[in-house]
Amino acid sequence: MTFDSPTMDYAALSPIIALTAGLVVVVLAAVFDSVKRFGPALALLALAVTAGCLIWQWDANVDLVNGALRLDGLAVTLSLLVVVSAAVAVLLAIGEPAEAQAGRSDWLALLLGSVLGMVILAQATSMLTFFVGLELLSIPLYALCGTNLRRRESLEAGLKYLIIGSVGSATLLYGLALIYGASGATGFQAIADGLQAGDGMLSDSLTLVGVGLVAVGLAFKVSIAPFHQWTPDVYQGAPTPVTSFMAVATKAAAFAVFIRFFEVALGPITDQWDVMLAALSALSIMVGNVGALAQTSLKRMLGYSGIAQAGYMLAGIVTATQAGVDALVFYLAAYVAMNMAAFAVVVIRERQSGFSDDISTLRGLGREKPLIAWPLTIAMLALAGLPPTVGFIGKLYLMEALVDDDWTWLAVMIAIGTMISLGYYLRVVATLWMSPAEDSESAESAIDTAALPPQIAGATVDPFTDQEADRRWYLVAPALIAAAACLFFGIIPQPLVEFAQHAGNALSVWIS
Amino acid sequence: MLSSIIWTPLVFGLVGLLVPKRFAAWVAMFGAVITLGLSVGVLAGFDPDGGMQYVTDVSWIPGLGVDYSLGIDGVTVFLVLLTTIAWIPAIAFSAVRGVERPALFYLMMAAGETATLGAFLSQDLLLFVLFFDLMIVPFYFLFGIWGRDRGGENDPEGSPGRGLVSVQSATLKMIVFTLIGSLLMLVGAIAAAITSADGGELSFAISDIAARGIPEGSQNWIFWFFAVAFLVKMPVFPLHGWMPDAYRAAPLPALAVFSAVLSKVGAYGFLGIVLEILPDAAVLFQTTMLILAVAAIIYGSAMAFTTTDLRLVLGFSSVAQLGFILAGIFALNESGANGAVLQMVNHGLVVVPAFLIVAMIAERTGSEEVGPMGGLARKAPVFAVLFLIVTMATLAIPASANFIGEFFILNGVFETDPALAIIASSGVALAAFYALRMYQLAMHNPLPEGSDSREISLRDALVVVPMVAIVVVLAFSPQLILHESSPATDATVGVVKEIAK
Repeated sequence: MTFDSPTMDYAALSPIIALTAGLVVVVLAAVFDSVKRFGPALALLALAVTAGCLIWQWDANVDLVNGALRLDGLAVTLSLLVVVSAAVAVLLAIGEPAEAQAGRSDWLALLLGSVLGMVILAQATSMLTFFVGLELLSIPLYALCGTNLRRRESLEAGLKYLIIGSVGSATLLYGLALIYGASGATGFQAIADGLQAGDGMLSDSLTLVGVGLVAVGLAFKVSIAPFHQWTPDVYQGAPTPVTSFMAVATKAAAFAVFIRFFEVALGPITDQWDVMLAALSALSIMVGNVGALAQTSLKRMLGYSGIAQAGYMLAGIVTATQAGVDALVFYLAAYVAMNMAAFAVVVIRERQSGFSDDISTLRGLGREKPLIAWPLTIAMLALAGLPPTVGFIGKLYLMEALVDDDWTWLAVMIAIGTMISLGYYLRVVATLWMSPAEDSESAESAIDTAALPPQIAGATVDPFTDQEADRRWYLVAPALIAAAACLFFGIIPQPLVEFAQHAGNALSVWIS
Repeated sequence: MLSSIIWTPLVFGLVGLLVPKRFAAWVAMFGAVITLGLSVGVLAGFDPDGGMQYVTDVSWIPGLGVDYSLGIDGVTVFLVLLTTIAWIPAIAFSAVRGVERPALFYLMMAAGETATLGAFLSQDLLLFVLFFDLMIVPFYFLFGIWGRDRGGENDPEGSPGRGLVSVQSATLKMIVFTLIGSLLMLVGAIAAAITSADGGELSFAISDIAARGIPEGSQNWIFWFFAVAFLVKMPVFPLHGWMPDAYRAAPLPALAVFSAVLSKVGAYGFLGIVLEILPDAAVLFQTTMLILAVAAIIYGSAMAFTTTDLRLVLGFSSVAQLGFILAGIFALNESGANGAVLQMVNHGLVVVPAFLIVAMIAERTGSEEVGPMGGLARKAPVFAVLFLIVTMATLAIPASANFIGEFFILNGVFETDPALAIIASSGVALAAFYALRMYQLAMHNPLPEGSDSREISLRDALVVVPMVAIVVVLAFSPQLILHESSPATDATVGVVKEIAK
């Protein structure tokens, strides 16, 4: 047996190379005091270069590294979403105490490491790169969740995420092993061929158990019910910029491999898994929406809402059609904009209120601070799927794909879930616009000073409150831009539809 | 042309954000007047026998098969006119009194007008659903921000006997009820296009779907997905649960247009969309819908008769009126449908001044309860006459426009189902009870302490008198509407009638 050394397509590998180089630069910059404070700028630069490489390779459709990776429309579009949400997270983290405590460069390096894992995962076409990418994504995130060293909740979130994430990874790995046993291959295309060639392998229990375990492992990552229990706790405990990144980027990357693994490798046995995923999707929609109703913490609420939204997106995979993949990618892109607008405002309010993310901190904001009330309002209306926002078009897209493939009942589930979701999304809107502001004295006393973390030794200013946060451009600009995108693509959705179709077309060989 | 009708109000609403606050109202007013002018222009150039006119059709989201396609026919031309008329007194009434945060208020009013006009003019099913959903968003803000908690111990104005209504829960209930219907309608609309295309090129154009036809089996469930949306919107018993609280919490000028026009979008949905694309199901469920309609008439009348809050008297009387309209549509014959169209316009025109008069009564008596009222007519003959005309139109006294509309409707229902027609006609008698009771309790009897019998002020008269004048003119010449609208109505009903045979 001879090994051919794989040919290196440097152009197609450029996004990964750029990101790795950026990671190294950010780490090295920490050594030199004079450039230390430019950490965020360097990270943004690295992300911008990566995005540039991705756009340069927009039309690529090539297998890389001996078929372990594949750069195509799906990888490019979803990697772009990951990069954008990472850039927003970097901006939102400026001045964040979590970042200060962990050391700015460590924090940024961990973030870029996770992004690298996601970009690899989005291109993975072999079970090995699949697993490596997933771990590279997860391990920095475990650490990032715990970076707010002086907050108990943050440490707890990090530990919780580590344990549950490891269980998920182990389950996934076990499933991959079983599928390897059934098909005798690690490449996605080879698995598909192996499953088709092997006698009775298509419905073999070994294969089916493997498929089930892989689905469970991925469900942990994208927080699909009933594997979602960690989500609200971790979302709430983690520093908010990390939460925003985790909520959006992890979903984008994990759904990329979810699509690729199920539509390509398991394409021949669609009938065996579509009902299972449909049931998971329906359950997730219900659990997420009902769970969110009772929440008073904004971040927990967004956590539950993320579970429901993951349920909507999973429905796009169920159909195993290009339209379904298009709809999923469209929804993911919309989700980036909606969530970024929401989380940016949460960050601003947290800094102004001594790290309370209770919904009551939003009272009367519509009158006093319309500049941040509007983005949050638009984000909530978009998440609730009301026109004229991108959320409405996203739901429409998903429903159209589902009805077209005779999954009408799942489309009805999305409709029912959306109705329930109005109960909590609109509560935020009502708090913003329809509740009078608390008088400032009671607002002051509402902050439990004892719960605040002890000040960092030597710090002269209180690092935990920043009354001017709603005037910092690096916090307000992401909120405004994301909200504007929600409206723009709600009124003129065609560019985003084409973006999504670029992803779907990449799979035209495998699905119709 | 139609695009400019739809977007003019919104453009002026947005301009209102940029000008100094005290001008915001007049910018919005200017926008509403221009929109009215445009819609009158469309009516002037309208050919009653010309079918769909002023058609615009451009691709909007080609990836999803959705077009931005507009058109106007004999029915919608009057509904558009009703909309553009109704908004003017509502804006004027707020303008002369002043509102908090005026720029935002008028932006929301304008957005509401834009969305409503869009719903009437859409010829693409998905565009219709989009505007239908969009309508509720500005009204959610209007009711939520400018409405207030009502009832409870310390609020004599807010019907203390009826318990506390918090504005937040009332608006939430309203939007959830409405969207329950419209989200299912979204699924129904997608299914309608996909089943009718049957593997061919997907098109959401209402005319395409009607021409291709939806398989009968699919029609039945799609029908209910649409019906629930429209029944909630109208609202019709038993889906009116959101109405009492929302009506009590809402600010009156916004409520006036809401009650006058948005309910008609539901009725129009049945006539212009359900009958067009789901004719078989409409025939199949005809009796069910007629029974619902009659139940709405009886229930609405009975509730209007027993309630003591003026807003709710008008709200429940609307339930009854919309019941008549629904009955007329599902009589599935020309007489019923023409009566329904006439009644849609009539009801809208009557309700706007009615709600504004309620607001003026509340200013004079400090209450919207009929209990502590009375004697307001004593020193205010003009005010009393205006209210009397509105009352008489509501109870459909002969020689009022409503009389003619209800007569056509009952005549149509009688052709279809005499028994139901007889029960429905009791609604006409009940209307006399509740309308006269409302007038009597407010205007006659001795004037209680604390109330002030004050003549209508000139600026209020300028707002209300034109509306009342239109009601009077229509009463004498309903042919103005029927002549233009009946060819379109007859054509719609004709197809369904064929199937019924």
